[in-house]
Amino acid sequence: MSAVIEETHHDDHGHGPDKGLTRWLFTTNHKDIGTLYLWFSFLMFLLAGTFALVIRSELFEPGLQIVQPERFNELTTMHGLIMVFGAVMPAFVGLANWLVPPMIGAPDMALPRLNNYSFWILPFAFTMLISTQFMKGGGPDFGWTFYAPLSSTYSPPSTAFFVFAIHMMGISSIMGSINIIVTILNLRAPGMTLMKMPLFVWTWLVTAYLLIAVMPVLAGCVTMLLMDKYFGTSFFEAAGGGDPVLFQHVFWFFGHPEVYIMILPAFGVVSQIIPTFSRKKLFGYASMVYATASIAFLSFIVWAHHMFTVGIPLAGELYFMYATMLIAVPTGVKVFNWVATMWQGSLTFETPMLFAIAFVVLFTIGGFSGLMLAIVPADFQYQDTYFVVAHFHYVLVSGSVFAVMAAFYYWAPKWTGHMYNETLGKTHFWLSFIGMNVTFFPMHFLGLAGMPRRIPDYALQFTDWNMVATCGAYLFGFSQILFLFIVVQTIRGGKKATDRVWEGAHGLEWTLPSPMPYHTFTTPPTNMEEAHS
Amino acid sequence: MAAEDTYEHYYVPHNGWFPVFASAGIFLTLFGLGNVLKDMLEGNGQTIGVYFMFAGGLLMAFTLFNWFSKVIEENHKKLYSHQMDRSYVWAMSWFIFSEVMFFGAFFGALFYVRMFVVDWLGGVGDRGPANILWPDYHPGWPMLHTPDPKLFPGASEAINPWELPLVNTILLVSSSFWVTFAHQGIKEGNRKKLMFWLSLTILFGLSFLCVQAYEYHHAYTELGLTLHAGIFGTTFFMLTGFHGAHVTLGTFMLIVMWFRSKKGDFSADDCFGFEAASWYWHFVDVVWLGLFIFVYVLGVY
Repeated sequence: MSAVIEETHHDDHGHGPDKGLTRWLFTTNHKDIGTLYLWFSFLMFLLAGTFALVIRSELFEPGLQIVQPERFNELTTMHGLIMVFGAVMPAFVGLANWLVPPMIGAPDMALPRLNNYSFWILPFAFTMLISTQFMKGGGPDFGWTFYAPLSSTYSPPSTAFFVFAIHMMGISSIMGSINIIVTILNLRAPGMTLMKMPLFVWTWLVTAYLLIAVMPVLAGCVTMLLMDKYFGTSFFEAAGGGDPVLFQHVFWFFGHPEVYIMILPAFGVVSQIIPTFSRKKLFGYASMVYATASIAFLSFIVWAHHMFTVGIPLAGELYFMYATMLIAVPTGVKVFNWVATMWQGSLTFETPMLFAIAFVVLFTIGGFSGLMLAIVPADFQYQDTYFVVAHFHYVLVSGSVFAVMAAFYYWAPKWTGHMYNETLGKTHFWLSFIGMNVTFFPMHFLGLAGMPRRIPDYALQFTDWNMVATCGAYLFGFSQILFLFIVVQTIRGGKKATDRVWEGAHGLEWTLPSPMPYHTFTTPPTNMEEAHS
Repeated sequence: MAAEDTYEHYYVPHNGWFPVFASAGIFLTLFGLGNVLKDMLEGNGQTIGVYFMFAGGLLMAFTLFNWFSKVIEENHKKLYSHQMDRSYVWAMSWFIFSEVMFFGAFFGALFYVRMFVVDWLGGVGDRGPANILWPDYHPGWPMLHTPDPKLFPGASEAINPWELPLVNTILLVSSSFWVTFAHQGIKEGNRKKLMFWLSLTILFGLSFLCVQAYEYHHAYTELGLTLHAGIFGTTFFMLTGFHGAHVTLGTFMLIVMWFRSKKGDFSADDCFGFEAASWYWHFVDVVWLGLFIFVYVLGVY
């Protein structure tokens, strides 16, 4: 190495982080950026959760008590948009930032400035999105799926800001995913072959590929919408030779991979946690990798299962039904492998493990309702009812959100150097578990009984289960205040964490000190036997 | 340790202002554009949007200029290992893939409309009953008669693909050859070859844009082929329009490379900036071939 490089790299990691606000605005450090993403996602989660509590309050009883229907539509739309794009996706990107470089023995992400750019776009994008609520005509009120022509012909003038906010979020995701793929493919430490990588890294590699492939399609979709609304084009206007169903095809071509984007990293988190607390290696590592890749491949070719009732040709209905049911196979492989990992393992049930086991059980329930929805003639009854709402909240709340929480409890001692309070953690878990189930399980009944989605008022016979669901929602919602307290408390202090933290933990990140130093693996590690999950 | 002796340190840049300023820049630009569109829809005369767009554009240009300059500076200071070079190559390749997917959405829309919607609206096939709304509409492409000509007046004719579009095809395909010759010039250390062929590439790119501008004007004023002319006009302008935007961006990148070449920034084993711009140019060329076949030629048959 030349003298020039020596000088500059002493500069690089000789000192710790800057002080003050500029540290966070100007950082290129993956740990700082991971923290920014995680805090941002938590804030968005609480905001969208508040919208959910207003929705559930309105739905407590029949009649309109709290909000007008237009406002209710804004609330459901914003709840969906902010949860999907502001809470779940940034949370997993934050986990990727914190964990992928240490797990593969890399000093940072491949393109650190691009990494910071990917984060800082998001606060601006959400400012733009949320500001629409204060504009004349109101904010987006057409559902997070924003079908045309409701979102083109009948939408408020602020729709352009919604479109541009989505563009910004898309740019953030695409740039972030490029960074993640390049990091994983290019910056692995010598000796870490692809099949030695932790499963969390694998799931993010596949997720990043999905993101790069489909976020541009979403960009195309919202651009078509913008053109139809503001420039008189006919993408979705039959009078001009277009088709409203075209919107649904383009949107769901993005939308279906999007839901796998939201769950695959969760699979990765669970695949890291369960082996640790079973004190046993993950069962069937190779098949877990192939299953992840199969799920991702299949996710591209099943989109029209969201469109069974719009009048697509019979051949299409049959094909999409069979293809959708196929996804249950690799997903089942994963569930069986998690269970097999636990089988005859030496199990302990600390908070991360509680969330991980709950994930396996509750996500599977969500998967079962998904299989029911996949059956075309059955879906004719379930489409646009609360049965669908129950399905996706089971896979997203007790799936994605529980996985993010599990990840916090699992890795926060490594990040902060402090153990979280185990009693409080378990309390948070049980309150969330009970709250979540009380909220969403009755929605299966409501859907089967015929209650439609996205309505602020409903027929009297749906009252009982709606009341139960609202109570559950309040329990779940306020439990997250406890979570906020636990997060802050853990960062600020607590029992000192060891380097290994968890007796059964394997992986390069556990060879580092707790808390992790600001710069890690500036030279690559050589102890590859540690890396194998 | 042996690994450390041969290990090329992977450069992690210091903290800096570029990312957050670039985020602010894109926000201001889009916020301004949003205001312009909102005011246009509401019929407001004056809009403050253009000022925001201008400010945002300036901020973006300033930030990106400094950011790219910094990257070039770091490269010249030999801070980039071979591993870092691979990072940039992969990143550009994946970025181009994302652009391919973006065009894919619009080509997909075109295929869906031509394969299915055109016939369904005419009473053919599974969704044929829609025809009850449009009894005077008959399927055909180019769709010069839309289902509701009062709302969406169709064009009077399509553009003849064998006139100016063929010229454009020749311009772009040949320019892909010129940029390759320019690249050879770098590899051979032949500055004159580089400058000549790069200049020709840029000239052809600019000519392409001029021809397209003329064609758009011709389409709007004489052929009735506009954004409002139903799905035919929609798909024509959106596909060729986004392509033209990408050609503009690509030409701009090549012009930057032209100035950098003049300064002697590139050498045979260190010319990533040029290569990235030339890959982008090839991508733009391939998209044009797709357009020529599916939008222009198949547009009239």
